[in-house]
Amino acid sequence: MYRYIFNRLLLIIPVIIGVSFLIFAILDQAPGDVVNVITGGGATQEEVEELRAELGLDRPLLVRYAEYMGGLLRGDLGKSYISGRSVFEVYSERLPATLKLAVASILVSIILSIPLGIYAAVHSGKIGDNVSMVAALLGLSMPNFWLGLILIITFSLRLKLFPSGGDHGLISLVLPAITIGTGLTATLTRITRSSMLDVIRQDYLRTARAKGVSERKVINKHALKNALIPIITIIGTQFGNVIGGAVLTETVFAWPGVGRLIIDSIYARDIPMVTGSIILKTITISIVLLGVDLLYAAVDPRVRAQYSKGGS
Amino acid sequence: MENKNVILDIQDLEVRFEVDGEIIRAVNGVSLTLEKGKTLGLVGETGAGKTTAALAVMRLVPDPPGIIGKGNILLNGKDVMEMSVSNLEKIRGKEVSMIFQDPMTSLNPVFTVGEQIAESLEIHEQLSPADAMIKAKEMLELVGIPGYRASEFPYQFSGGMKQRVVIAIALACNPQLLIADEPTTALDVTIQAQVLALMKALKEKYGTAMIMITHDLGIVAEVCDEVAVMYAGRIIEKGTLDQVFNNTLHPYTEGLFNSLPNIKNRKSELRPIPGLMPDPVNLPPGCAFEPRCAYAREECGLRIPDSRFVSDHIVCCLAYDDPNFHIRRKGGKNVE
Amino acid sequence: MSTANTLKPKEQLKISASKRYQKRSQGAEIWRRLKKNKGAMVGLAIVVILALIAIFADVILDYDAEVIKQNIPQRMQLPSREHILGTDEVGRDVFFRLLYGTRFSLSVGIVAVAIALAIGVVLGSIAGYFGGVTEEIIMRATDIFASIPNILMGIVIVAALGASTVNLMIAVGISSVPQFIRVTRAAVLTVRYSDYIEASRAIGLKEARIIFGHIIPNCLSPIIVQTTLRVASAIISASALSFLGLGVPQPSPEWGSMLSSGRQYIRTNSLLTFFPGLAIMITVLALNLLGDGLRDALDPKLRR
Repeated sequence: MYRYIFNRLLLIIPVIIGVSFLIFAILDQAPGDVVNVITGGGATQEEVEELRAELGLDRPLLVRYAEYMGGLLRGDLGKSYISGRSVFEVYSERLPATLKLAVASILVSIILSIPLGIYAAVHSGKIGDNVSMVAALLGLSMPNFWLGLILIITFSLRLKLFPSGGDHGLISLVLPAITIGTGLTATLTRITRSSMLDVIRQDYLRTARAKGVSERKVINKHALKNALIPIITIIGTQFGNVIGGAVLTETVFAWPGVGRLIIDSIYARDIPMVTGSIILKTITISIVLLGVDLLYAAVDPRVRAQYSKGGS
Repeated sequence: MENKNVILDIQDLEVRFEVDGEIIRAVNGVSLTLEKGKTLGLVGETGAGKTTAALAVMRLVPDPPGIIGKGNILLNGKDVMEMSVSNLEKIRGKEVSMIFQDPMTSLNPVFTVGEQIAESLEIHEQLSPADAMIKAKEMLELVGIPGYRASEFPYQFSGGMKQRVVIAIALACNPQLLIADEPTTALDVTIQAQVLALMKALKEKYGTAMIMITHDLGIVAEVCDEVAVMYAGRIIEKGTLDQVFNNTLHPYTEGLFNSLPNIKNRKSELRPIPGLMPDPVNLPPGCAFEPRCAYAREECGLRIPDSRFVSDHIVCCLAYDDPNFHIRRKGGKNVE
Repeated sequence: MSTANTLKPKEQLKISASKRYQKRSQGAEIWRRLKKNKGAMVGLAIVVILALIAIFADVILDYDAEVIKQNIPQRMQLPSREHILGTDEVGRDVFFRLLYGTRFSLSVGIVAVAIALAIGVVLGSIAGYFGGVTEEIIMRATDIFASIPNILMGIVIVAALGASTVNLMIAVGISSVPQFIRVTRAAVLTVRYSDYIEASRAIGLKEARIIFGHIIPNCLSPIIVQTTLRVASAIISASALSFLGLGVPQPSPEWGSMLSSGRQYIRTNSLLTFFPGLAIMITVLALNLLGDGLRDALDPKLRR
C-alpha cells in the first residue's frame, strides 16, 4: 500500500515538468509584454531595455526555462515579475479563500445531491425521478457566471440579503458557494442516481431482501456502499476542479482567491506567477486525487487488495 | 383444511409482468402443497415460470413490473399475500429462505462473509453483533469452510465456496422451508456433487422442507421426494418421485426423459422435443404444449386441460379423456 | 435413418413468434428509441431551430443596420413591441443581437469540437489499439493537459494567440481534446479484448476488416454521445472566455460578451445580463437533453 502511494506521488513529477514547460512556452510567445504592464507603457526605450535585463527577459527561452526548472528543484518558484514577491508567498495568501469556497460548495452539493440521487433512483421512472433529473439538467446547463450574476441581482441588489462581492466572512460565502454548488449538485445527483440504479439491479440486494433485511436498510446500507465508488470519484474530481480555479465565480464575486490571481497574472504576462500558481494547483489536485483513490480503498476491499499488490 | 404437517400451500397462483405495454404471463395457475421435511423438485425448462413462482412465495417478485394477479400462498398457515411488509420481513430468512442460481453475484462484495451471515442472525435472533459473529463462524464450519475465513470478502472465495456461504446464510436461522433455485447450475460438476451432498445432509439434520428448482432430472432423482413439472407457467404433472419417473403420464415429461442421452446405447440418436416453448406474451388458447405434442388432437388446441387424477397421480392432459390412452414411455420404459 | 422410432411427424410445427422478433435495421431501432424520449425530442427540436437561425442569420437580419449599429437615444429600453427584449447600453436591439449571436455560439462550439474530435479520436484509437509504450506516452501527455483546468487552458491559449473567433475555436478545441482521447481509448479497449473480436479472429477475418467492421462501429456510440455533450460545454467555455474579454471581439454579438457588457449595468438594467445567459442556457440544455437521449438510445443494454 505504501509503495502504491509512493508511486503515485512520483508520477506527479513528470506532470509538473510537462505543465510548467507548456505554460512557460505558450505564455512566452504571447504578444504583449510584462514590462509594458509594469511601466504602463510610459517608459522610454532605454528604461524598457533596463527593466528587461533586470528581469532576465533578454535571454533565450530555453535558458530562462532551465533556470526556472533549476529553481523548482530547489523548491524555489521564483518571484512575480510584477510585485517582486515570492510566487509561493502570494499563492499561499490567496489559497485559503479558494479553499473556503471549495469546501463550502462541495458540502452544499453533497448534502443536496446524495439524498436526491437516491430518491431519484428508488423512484426511477416516476414523476419524482423525472422532475429531479430535469432540475439537475437545468443546473448543469446554466453558465455559472450567469447564475452568479442572477443571484447577485436578486439577493444582493434587490433583496439586500447578501453582500455582492469580496470575502467578508461567512455570509459572503453563501452566494458564491451556491453558484458553484449548483453545477456540482447537478452532476453529483446524476451520478448518484445512475450509480444507484446500477446497484439496484444487482442480485446481492435480492439476497439481502430474502434474508429479511428491511427495504430501507437494503438501499441505505447494502446498495449505497456499493454505489459510493463512482460517487466518490466525482466528488474528488469536483473538489480538485474547484480548487483548481473557480475562476469565473471568483471574478463575478470579486473573491480574493487563487483563480482570480491566475487570471490577473495571465493578463499581466507575469510568467513566473502563472507558471508557479498552476504548478502549485496541479500538485494540490494530484494530492486530492490521491486522497480520493485512497478513499476507494477504504470503501471497496477488492480495490484495497489491488493497491497492496503494487498495482495502480 | 388445516393440516399441521403442511408447510407450504399454494393455490391458483398467477403472476404476470407488464413491460412496455405487453403482458408477460409467467405463472398461470400453479397449485401445490408441501409437507414439512419433504423435498419437492420443481422441474422445467428455462422460462417455464419456476423461479417466478418461487419468488412469489416470499413476495420477492420485483414490483414493477411484476404483479401477482391472484392466488393464495399459505406458509405455515399464514397468508403471505395478506401479510404486512414488516411481518414479511420477519419470516424471510427465518421461516423460509431462498438461495439463488449464481453464487458469483449473490453476495455483497463490500461486506465480509461473516458479516453477511451474522446480519441474518442479528435481525431474526436478536443476537448482539459479537454473538452473531460467533454463530456465523459456526455456520461456516457447518458448510465446510474454516471459521477464521469469516473476515474475508466474497472475492476471495471460489464459486463453490461462495455457494456454500450462501447456504450458510440461508440456513443460519434454521428455516422450515428452503427454496433452492438451481443452486448448482453455475458450478462445475464435481463441485455440484459436493454442494448437493451438503444440502442433503443439512436438510436431514434440521428437517428442513425444500423446494429444489432445477432442469436437471438427475438432481431430482438424487434429492427429491416429490416432483412437479412446469410448462409455460402451469404445473402439468405432479406426484411422488417414483410416480413421475416410473409412471410418467404427460407427453412433455416423456419428452424430457427422452431428451436424456442414452448412456447404455451410445449409437442411438438424440431425440429432442421439436419446437420451442411458447412466447409468454402470446400464449395459445388451448394446451400450451399442443404445438409440440406428438399425441395432440384437435380439441387440445381449443381448451386448457384441467388437472385430473390419472392412475396414481395428477396430470393435465386431455388425452386421458380416453381411458385407454397411454404414452409410449409407459412404466418408465418405451413400449409401443 | 429410419423414422420408426420418432414421434409422429407434424405437417407444420407451430412455433409461436411475435412481432417482437422481427428484425429491424439498427438505425431505425435507435431512432425509435430516441423518439420515445420526450426530453431528447424537445432538445433535438430546439437544436434544429437554433441551427436554422444560425444558418439564415444573414438572411433574416441586416447585420450592419440591425445588429451593430448604435442608436444611443434608444438605449436601455425595456421590452416593448418595437424591441421585443429591449435595447442594450448603446441602443441596439437585444433580441436581434441574440439571434445573430447564435451563429457565433454554434459555430464556435461545432468547430471547436470538430478539432477536438479529429485529434482526440485519432490519438485515442492509437493509444487503445496499439497499447504499450505508445499508449503510455499518449496517456501521460493527456494527463498533463488534463491537469490544467479547461478555462485556464483556454485563457492561456487565447492570451498567447490573441482574441479572435478563430483563436477562440482553437482554444476551446484544444482544451476539449483530453476528454476525447480518454473516451475513445476506453471504448477501443473495451471492444478490443472482447470475446467477439477473438471470435472474429478465430473465424479468420483479416485485421483490417476487424478494425473497420467491428471495432470502430462499436466505439461510435460513446463518441457520438461525447460529441454532443462536448458541443454543449464548448459553448459554455466559449461564452466564459468571451465574458472574460478573451473571446470574440466587439461589436460582435456573442452571448458571453453581451453578458460581460451587461454586467456593468446590473444595478440599473438587469435584463441585459438576464437574456444572453438565458440564451446560453437554452442552447446548452437542448444539447444536453439530446446527448442524454442519444446515450440512452445507443446503449444496447439499457432496459427501462
